[in-house]
Amino acid sequence: MAQATVASEGSSPDAPARPDRAGQGRAPSSLLVRLVQRREATVVIVTLGVVIYFALRTSTFYSVANLITMAQYTSSIAIIGSGEVLLLVLAEIDLSAGQMYLTAPWIVYLLWADGVPVGWAIVAALACSLAVGLINGFVTVWLGVSSLIVTLGTNYALFGLVLVESNAIQQNMPGTTGEFGILFGVGSWSVGLWALGIGIAIWVLLTRTRFGTHVTATGGNTLAAAEAGIPVRRVKVWCFMIIAVAAGMSGILDSIRIASLNPGNSGLDIVLPGIVAAVIGGTALTGGRGTVLGTLIGAIFLGVLEDGFNLIGVSANWFFLVEGVVILLAMAVNTQLGSLAARTRR
Amino acid sequence: MTTTGDSPGATSPATDGEAEDIILSTEGITKRFGAVVALRGVDMHLRRGEVLGLVGDNGAGKSTFVKIVTGFQRQDAGRIFVEREEVDFHSVTDARRAGIETVYQDLALVPQLTVYENLFLNRELTGLGRLGWLSRPKMRRLATEYLHDIRVSVPDIDAEVELLSGGQRQAIAVARATRQNAKILLLDEPLAAMGAKESTLIIDLVKDLSVNRGVSMIVIDHNYTHLFELCDRINVIQEGRVTVDTRVADTSIEELTELMVAEYRRQVREGQALLRA
Repeated sequence: MAQATVASEGSSPDAPARPDRAGQGRAPSSLLVRLVQRREATVVIVTLGVVIYFALRTSTFYSVANLITMAQYTSSIAIIGSGEVLLLVLAEIDLSAGQMYLTAPWIVYLLWADGVPVGWAIVAALACSLAVGLINGFVTVWLGVSSLIVTLGTNYALFGLVLVESNAIQQNMPGTTGEFGILFGVGSWSVGLWALGIGIAIWVLLTRTRFGTHVTATGGNTLAAAEAGIPVRRVKVWCFMIIAVAAGMSGILDSIRIASLNPGNSGLDIVLPGIVAAVIGGTALTGGRGTVLGTLIGAIFLGVLEDGFNLIGVSANWFFLVEGVVILLAMAVNTQLGSLAARTRR
Repeated sequence: MTTTGDSPGATSPATDGEAEDIILSTEGITKRFGAVVALRGVDMHLRRGEVLGLVGDNGAGKSTFVKIVTGFQRQDAGRIFVEREEVDFHSVTDARRAGIETVYQDLALVPQLTVYENLFLNRELTGLGRLGWLSRPKMRRLATEYLHDIRVSVPDIDAEVELLSGGQRQAIAVARATRQNAKILLLDEPLAAMGAKESTLIIDLVKDLSVNRGVSMIVIDHNYTHLFELCDRINVIQEGRVTVDTRVADTSIEELTELMVAEYRRQVREGQALLRA
């Protein structure tokens, strides 16, 4: 809550100094109104809600061990979700990111089994991720196929490739030993910090750089962006590549953390929570608007939910039911707050 | 810019042929699409700081002509001159480089970006070398100064363009084009769907840019009232050529309508004569 308050005050520190603004007949907005005007408002409120609920229900919620567990649950959702923000702002989507998450560590394993040092195997796997992103972007942009279908296709193609190569047999992940392992996933806070770092990097990219402005412009009004000379196709392809490499990295980190590969898993189960985090965080599916901050909080929400259910011993079957209901409620509240915010701004 | 002072003076006498400051002219522009002849030799000129209205029915060739002047399409024959130099446009970029820019009301801006971000779209100011880090304070300051210079008032430079009125958006689109050194602006129905107050904003901006900054403009519109409010001179395009060229001060909406109708009658008679022959 404190975070959102500071941010909303910070966004208009000199509002009273602008006579024009008052001249437009705007009512001086109260703190509460300004708070709900922020896109992240809903997700902050529901996240606080579940945090308070689980903290009251269990004694171990705030234990360090549990905080680490939550960070681990949250990591891949946060990384993939942050990448999806770029695509959602462009009014595109990447459904193959979850399968990329599963494929990248498999590539690391195969190369390592052939005698390539783990470090180089990771570099090669990330390069392969970039290539998949390039294919997603290229087919979407130049062949004009909807990215929903393109990336669904890539998702199944990668899934099949891994199944054929692995026969769905579980393997031990290399690279888990020594300082290398600690840095790349084994360390308690490793995956959490990687998620934070990647999230902040994408947040900075979107809000503080020229490229980010071009992403928003391309998603908000492609024609105007192209008219102004922005290379809209290249912008889109870059974003597909960024999410692919981020998802690949996330998969490698998690595989090193748990020291195993599970090639039979479905990528869609991994990418969808990321998209959910982005959307309940306040990113529009229609393009032009996205918030990485909201997505990170959305990822924390999903992580807390999963962890909390484990703590209070509710069956995993209940988890999906509650998650589904919470998504529906959060989205309903989001839409209502969104129209309220629009009304008060005018 | 050196001629800013005398350009309004140059346009007010009704005479042609004196040493005028012609910024854009065309000679015998023709264009055909298959069997259809869209333009049959358009001769047109635009003086520096002048606002020229272009009217004509749908299919008269107005939009084809505009597309050729802005580099979207190429003419089959005829020549285009910018500041008396012959130019050859192969793309919109070529035309833009020559200082010709089209302003569309709703197509030009990104609703989710702020006023100043739109003003600097794809011309963003950056720091930290090649990292592309935005210099937002500098962009804000320069945008505020520029809008103040051309007397465009918006509620808030940090407001997303989505929250602005149609007139304010149009003004920002025009401001961006002129800030990026466009010398010749093509405005497509700039007063469409605007109330009186909104219209005044645009009319004042157009007058200010033409008189004080020597920006020349071509306004394309169906609405005679709007054209008479905005323009110094009006050209009528009918059947692919300019049939009427008149100063707004020398004519009226009624007279212009009569001239157009007379021209159509003549064309119909010609057509009937051709059919009989």
